[in-house]
Amino acid sequence: MPMQATEIEKLIRSAFPDADITITDLAGDNDHYAAMVTSAAFKGKSRVQQHQMVYEALKGRMGGVLHALSLQTAAKD
Amino acid sequence: MEFGATLKPRAGVPIFVDRANIVAALKDRVPMSNIQDRIAKDVAENDVLLFMKGTPVFPQCGFSAAAVGILSHLGVKFKAVDVLKDPEVRQGIKEFSNWPTIPQLYVKGEFVGGSDIMKEMFEAGELGSFLSEKGIALESA
Repeated sequence: MPMQATEIEKLIRSAFPDADITITDLAGDNDHYAAMVTSAAFKGKSRVQQHQMVYEALKGRMGGVLHALSLQTAAKD
Repeated sequence: MEFGATLKPRAGVPIFVDRANIVAALKDRVPMSNIQDRIAKDVAENDVLLFMKGTPVFPQCGFSAAAVGILSHLGVKFKAVDVLKDPEVRQGIKEFSNWPTIPQLYVKGEFVGGSDIMKEMFEAGELGSFLSEKGIALESA
């Protein structure tokens, strides 16, 4: 089931209010996205931890309704 | 016929069947509760272990195919676990790693990440050096 990019951004934003979030609809089908998230909350965290934090923000949708979200994270200074 | 004589064996039957069902149900549950142990054992026993959908020759998902491509390109020998063949592993590995998606890469017992992290590390030239630091042989040209 597709999920709107705005909904993905809203969920990430609520967990990381300071974040720069760029979401790209890779196939134009509301089902294959790439997300770039930059937040100060990622400082000192490993890549795995950063991704886990974003997955947590998506509240179980990742791997479920959201099949294909290619994720890139970075710490903001 | 006495009332009690017919009742006794009949009353015994359901009790017997119930006990058999309970034993059967418990037997079924043993592998379920051991799935985390099974995964832990597999992770501990294989230096480079990739949980994926499909096989390295026939990946069943683009992300798994990308993960296989990266490891092959680096010339890493790895063991692949096809989660599509075992629903318990498919669900269990997500809990084991606290990671919602497949593929998942383990190196020397350490969770490295999914295909995005593999790709990011590979493109930054970090994955090869990470593997070398872990003592994994690379056979790429």
